[in-house]
Amino acid sequence: MKEYFELLFTGAKSLLIGLGVTLRAMIKPNVTVHYPREKIAISPQFRGHTDLVKDAATGTHKCISCMMCEKDCPCGCISVAGETREGVKGKVLTSYLLDFTKCSLCGICVEVCPTSALEFSQEYELASRNIEDFHYDLLKRLEARG
Amino acid sequence: MEMLNLLPPEFLRIVISAIIVVAFVFLNCMVLGYAERKLAGFFQMRPGPMEVGPWGLLQLMIDGVKLIAKQLIIPKDSGKMLFRVAPLLAFMPVAMSFIVIPFSEKIQVRDMDIGLVFMLGIMALHVVSTLLAGWVSNNKYALFGAIRAVAQNIAYEIPMLLSLLAVVFISNTLSMQGIVKAQGPIWNILVQPLAFIIYFVAAIAETNRAPFDLPEAESELTAGFHTEYSGMGFSLFVLGEYTNMFFVCSIATVVFLGGWSGPPLPFYAYSGIIWFFLKVYGLLFVMIWVRWTYPRTRFDQLLNFCWMYLIPFSLVNLLITVVGVKLLK
Amino acid sequence: MSQIARTKKEHTFYLNLGPQHPSTHGVLRVLLEMDGEHCLENEPVLGYGHRMQEKIGESRTWAAFLPNTARMDYLSALIFNHGYVGLIERMAGIEVPRRAEFIRVITDELNRIQSHLLWLGAFLLDLGAFTPIMYTFDDREQILDILEDVTGSRLTYSYHRVGGVCRDIDARFVDATRAFIKRLRSRFKIYDDLVTGNIIFIKRVKDIAYFTPDLAKRYGLTGPCLRGAGIPYDIRRAEPYSVYPELDFEIPVGTKGDCLDAYLVRVREMEQSLRIIEQALDMLPEGPFRNKVGRRLKLPQGDASFSVETGHGELAYYMISDGTDVPYRLKIRVPSFSNLSVLPELCRGMLIADLAMTMGTLDLVIPEIDR
Repeated sequence: MKEYFELLFTGAKSLLIGLGVTLRAMIKPNVTVHYPREKIAISPQFRGHTDLVKDAATGTHKCISCMMCEKDCPCGCISVAGETREGVKGKVLTSYLLDFTKCSLCGICVEVCPTSALEFSQEYELASRNIEDFHYDLLKRLEARG
Repeated sequence: MEMLNLLPPEFLRIVISAIIVVAFVFLNCMVLGYAERKLAGFFQMRPGPMEVGPWGLLQLMIDGVKLIAKQLIIPKDSGKMLFRVAPLLAFMPVAMSFIVIPFSEKIQVRDMDIGLVFMLGIMALHVVSTLLAGWVSNNKYALFGAIRAVAQNIAYEIPMLLSLLAVVFISNTLSMQGIVKAQGPIWNILVQPLAFIIYFVAAIAETNRAPFDLPEAESELTAGFHTEYSGMGFSLFVLGEYTNMFFVCSIATVVFLGGWSGPPLPFYAYSGIIWFFLKVYGLLFVMIWVRWTYPRTRFDQLLNFCWMYLIPFSLVNLLITVVGVKLLK
Repeated sequence: MSQIARTKKEHTFYLNLGPQHPSTHGVLRVLLEMDGEHCLENEPVLGYGHRMQEKIGESRTWAAFLPNTARMDYLSALIFNHGYVGLIERMAGIEVPRRAEFIRVITDELNRIQSHLLWLGAFLLDLGAFTPIMYTFDDREQILDILEDVTGSRLTYSYHRVGGVCRDIDARFVDATRAFIKRLRSRFKIYDDLVTGNIIFIKRVKDIAYFTPDLAKRYGLTGPCLRGAGIPYDIRRAEPYSVYPELDFEIPVGTKGDCLDAYLVRVREMEQSLRIIEQALDMLPEGPFRNKVGRRLKLPQGDASFSVETGHGELAYYMISDGTDVPYRLKIRVPSFSNLSVLPELCRGMLIADLAMTMGTLDLVIPEIDR
């Protein structure tokens, strides 16, 4: 009999305390951000898709077409093509294609590049109806960046 | 215009009241649905609907338009006509109950001598619609929800009736307007606090709201008795639920909180409606608050709670009330 | 069809807690034989999310498999990473700098707290409470922001590397983590008031499914459910790895082994993880964060295994190498698989509401069961 009333009173008290928690939450400020009308700044360390780094000294990319990124990519999403040109030491990059639909953002390509020619971008608002929009041509993107 | 003069004035009054009542039901659903989602947002530290209209005010209206535009998909082996009838049964009787609610001293469609019994009778029809919807859907989850709803609603009607009975003994009348007038300045909540608590808990269980929302327990039974309903069928269930909520809170207001009485306002015979709505929406706020705070009880714990706690206390309350009334007479 | 079909009784019916269901967290199908509301027999059916991760591990070089480890259990991605790189280091005898070990422990424990917070919210969502999940996700977002700043990802991290970690942490990370620890300690009171003391919650969870030591031993149950049964088995103490021997923390155990004990063990584990992070931040040495390892490194012939403690239990990697850089056999023992296997015996005759609640207590992540 005593447990009956004890349970009743402790139960009722716990219920009222719970109500107090939600009521106090009502007056606290919102923790959500009204995307897309408000946006949060993205950390510079964020891993978006890779981009070619623009070398300040030469004004162009630093890639030497060694194909290390293509060989080490676990997903097989990078295709690099380079050619030898006369008067230029080593290979010249002719095309760098990244198939972002297969990329797992592991960062192995960025780490393994001997000239640090790749970096992560901070693009996260990627939504499209064409799959071709995600077959990035990184050379063209570098030229478009100016 | 001359034709209108030929009709008996009573008939005209009834038709206009019916139109106003139905319009009010839909308006109430819009306001209550919006309030529920906004309050849910505030309890969860987020803004709630904000996109449609300023501060999301038109959200429920656009939701209604969207639901009307959707198709009512009828499962293959279900009973075709009964499938369509079940949502109507959920919505119509509760809308009818607005006939006897005393919104203020002069605003009431019709004051019946057995108003309270009429309202409780209408509430019992709600169970039929739930059972019908679950049975006719040809879906095991829906049947689960329906069976739970029947047991839950039938069990919780008893403490509801007993607590209201105690108030009837004090007021000596069953008509709603009479109960309000018999309270005077001392509301029944001060005289019968235990009955109010028991009635309110039973009301939450009757309307299938959390923590007693087993018939539509989302995480165990997908969607309970209205799993198979889409489009307007589903929205009629929602309308029925919100109207039911308004309905039980208005009974609580009339019986325990003094109905439309309050500090005097100009045109008090008509403006009592403001106090009425304030009280009803205050109780609805508490119902919404309770929903977003507690987890769900288990089914046997729910029935246990009713039989072991609510009914003994309401019987004791009734006994004390009867003895008290007899002694004070 | 299944074993249940052979023993079906007259008055029972089958119910599929199907692959699509709000409370099975992932694509898990549980076939129930029901008598009214009681589940007489139940049988989990797996394989809806099988991705052949072990086969992929045997077809790619060891360096290329690292992103896959994060995808198996996306809630404990850093711990899965840690187990894998620990395995390669053990096989090849590679040293890890002390700073990297401490960074690994700090990020692992942050990951563990984040996994428990999500479990707390989802468990209460299964029980029908809609607000605690919002509060826990708010706390979880703080962790995700801290980890995003240092690793670059929010869910599937590939941060640990063989020989260390891939980026160093800075003062910003340390300050943010210390602020987070203070904030989370003040939030525990909210969860106590709203959830742990709530009579409805206690009645739902107390005295329901008893995890006994005998049951645990027969099925290989590990993790907080085992510790709720009273057995203080935690890989961080039983087979210590990284710098855990130098850190001072307790292993919370329960007494009765019911679901309430498992819940309380997880909540106390969060507090212990906060202790570990604080100590590790205080003891963090200066130095290199990565020992460079050749990418073409060939693993020596032989086998090795490495066990870590995820939020759900013991995770063990076992590799047999034939001398090349592609493993011959990679075996991954995940905790949720063994935890799920107690379900048929434990939940015989339970109400369906209790079954859903017990599945929530086991803290299953189906992608790691199916791999």
